[in-house]
Amino acid sequence: MTHPSDPGPAPVLALKDVAKSFGAVRALRGVSLELFPGEVHALAGENGAGKSTLIKTLAGVHRPDTGRVLLDGEPVVFHGPGDARDAGIAVIYQEPTLFPDLSIAENIFMGRQPRRALGRIDHKATHAATAALMSRLGVDLDPDRPARGLSIADQQIVEIAKALSFDARVLIMDEPTAALTGSEVARLFGVVRTLREQGAAVLFISHRLEEIFEICQRVTTLRDGAWIASEPLAGMTEDDLVRRMVGRDLDELYPKQDVTPGEVALSVRRLTREGVFTDVSFDVRRGEIVGLAGLVGAGRTEVARAVFGIDRWDAGDVTVDGKALVNGAPSTAMSAGLALVPEDRRAQGLVMDMSIERNIGLTGLRTTVKAGLMDRGAERSRSLDWAVKLQVKYARIADTVNTLSGGNQQKVVLAKWLATAPKVLIVDEPTRGIDVGTKAEVHRLLSELAADGVAVLMISSDLPEILGMADRVLVMHEGRLTAEIPRSDATEETVMAAATGRAAA
Amino acid sequence: MPESLNRAIRWDTVVGALLIVLLLFSFTSVDGFGNALNLSFLIGNTLPVALVALPMTLLVVSGEIDLSVASTAGLSGAVMGALWNQGLTIEAIIPICLLLGVVCGLVNGLLVTRLGLPSLAVTIGTLAAYRGIAQIVLGSDAVTDFPTQYLDFAAGRIGDSFLPQAFLPFVVLLAIAFVVLHATPFGRSLFAIGASEEAARFAGIRVKRQKLILFTVTGLMASLTGVFWALHYASARYDNATGLELSVIASVLLGGIDFDGGKGTLGGAIAGVFLLGAAQNVMSLQDVSAQSQIVVTGVLLVVSVLGPRVARQISVARAGRRSAASTSTA
Repeated sequence: MTHPSDPGPAPVLALKDVAKSFGAVRALRGVSLELFPGEVHALAGENGAGKSTLIKTLAGVHRPDTGRVLLDGEPVVFHGPGDARDAGIAVIYQEPTLFPDLSIAENIFMGRQPRRALGRIDHKATHAATAALMSRLGVDLDPDRPARGLSIADQQIVEIAKALSFDARVLIMDEPTAALTGSEVARLFGVVRTLREQGAAVLFISHRLEEIFEICQRVTTLRDGAWIASEPLAGMTEDDLVRRMVGRDLDELYPKQDVTPGEVALSVRRLTREGVFTDVSFDVRRGEIVGLAGLVGAGRTEVARAVFGIDRWDAGDVTVDGKALVNGAPSTAMSAGLALVPEDRRAQGLVMDMSIERNIGLTGLRTTVKAGLMDRGAERSRSLDWAVKLQVKYARIADTVNTLSGGNQQKVVLAKWLATAPKVLIVDEPTRGIDVGTKAEVHRLLSELAADGVAVLMISSDLPEILGMADRVLVMHEGRLTAEIPRSDATEETVMAAATGRAAA
Repeated sequence: MPESLNRAIRWDTVVGALLIVLLLFSFTSVDGFGNALNLSFLIGNTLPVALVALPMTLLVVSGEIDLSVASTAGLSGAVMGALWNQGLTIEAIIPICLLLGVVCGLVNGLLVTRLGLPSLAVTIGTLAAYRGIAQIVLGSDAVTDFPTQYLDFAAGRIGDSFLPQAFLPFVVLLAIAFVVLHATPFGRSLFAIGASEEAARFAGIRVKRQKLILFTVTGLMASLTGVFWALHYASARYDNATGLELSVIASVLLGGIDFDGGKGTLGGAIAGVFLLGAAQNVMSLQDVSAQSQIVVTGVLLVVSVLGPRVARQISVARAGRRSAASTSTA
């Protein structure tokens, strides 16, 4: 049927006019994509733009309703992920799933280890093959080391090595950097460059625009399931790319309003949880957004959990509006006016199998009640009200939240807590893994809440977010508060110095 | 269209339909099924399962389980017999037995919530322990001489109808359990806990307290069932209600309560209870031995765990075939 006649190098993998619907939702329509050997190709788009569906179509999980998948110019039909893998297509997910008690080499060759006589596993050959893969990737990881304790970046490198062992020619990397620190990203990018030089085609997904510009040569943008453009990145600016993704100019990513802080709403005094954090004291005033910065593992999330009552503290006091909170009791923290939007929205923020309506309703179990029974009408209108206020994109309010994109899930978590009319709102990584459009919406929302007199404590590992949104920045290092920096003095340098424990001058 | 149809066919509706089919079949083709006496036997024999199934449904929805219910019922019956032999009045004995059930349930609940032990392991332990205590309390005696008005109530029928007298109190308890599970904030919180305990905790739901309440109520209902059992069969023995937990859990799972928690309806669970009860009654009428009936119960237990999953996979596979068909026509 097809006669590849174009003179240049042929795309190793391509989509032609692909459409895919789930029920009434048109996830992809008329999408085309060409991946050439030796290129790193970015896939850009907001949450819900169709990136996941596109990846799953390439990986053989979904079959297109119309349109074709072309492998080396020939149409193919993948009947499952196994077919795609055999065709040399590998997907590296954000959080790899390795067997922690097996070695790196055993993980890579799980189920297909080289054998010796009588079917015994040839450990020497397994080791040698793994070492060869590692040197091909230009990394120094001991094949015999157990997977337990590897950083997420190293785990991803193991997954990449595994993909190479299947002779993968196309690597699809789905937000590989979301959970990585700066130096880990650099290490991963080193490996990606090596792969590119060896002729692999890489499809790279990230919400961090600067990463796209750093590592990719071309970009394909999707919006609402439709193909917008495929073009070289050279000559484009971040603003250009955002405009393609969002379909309009983004007014401002950090729309912080100036607010005069009111009286103290949240007061934390000498809070200690042994071995986790020590002697933490701070205040958050009405109208203030206080940023809590620090490296991953510095104890920021743990302080938030203890303040809200998820974990018990060993010493100290927490008061909201002058009233002392009970140690280890989230329900009393809630009645005092405290709300926590947790770090892990899928495990902690939401009951994934429950509807949008009931997830928002969970914080209203004490208020949407009539004569001891659930007032379903009140529950529905409360949930609808907040889902609409926060512009959650959904088909039906009775749909389960796992049908929503990440950004919309985060909006449901916010809706769930804003519906309690909190005096103090703690948000832990409020925009992690969220597209730039929704991110701006969340920031505007936080700013408006503060302007309305809510005290906001914002934990974030995204430094520009901290610098852009916070009136004051608290910095934690190894379980202690090491600095309090006013907005005017907060820079990447001052915050990072305190976060890494270097004496801030 | 077919997708919305798939969604409409829920497992608990399937079980309800199966129950109706079985009843229609039995009324028309099983000799001796339709007369009032047999029907009263069917319901009377099923009531202990149904009574314990009420709290068990709530417990499984919240992601926990209690295997010690039959032993609690047995212990309650044994204590009842022993105290009766001591000369206490039945009016004094029954509250003591119920209190004992509360303690049994509380022990399970505290072991699960305070020590963080899995309820499957805890209640296998107390299953053995409570039955052991029952045997110590009553030995191999059988106490049968309870006051007639109590025996009559537990075994009698409402007038000439096929309904046992104890059916009315059961209906009241059923209504209470239904409202608690499906219409109160407490019931709503159980679904959240069963689906994601962590997310429930982060929503300010008092997970441990709710579970402790459930285990305690389960103990109370199990001891109530033990009292009913001893009166219904006019025999208090240490081995009363042995194996009851198997019927209860099989019925509840058959009724579509997800073993992993978070899903199901009380209506489905009760339909499961009476489906199993009617099946056992039909087997007895056909002279299937008691041992074989236990085998059938066990097989049903496995089927009821598999059934909803297989149904789900079939609908997924069908969706896959649909998209494959549309690909090939494109």
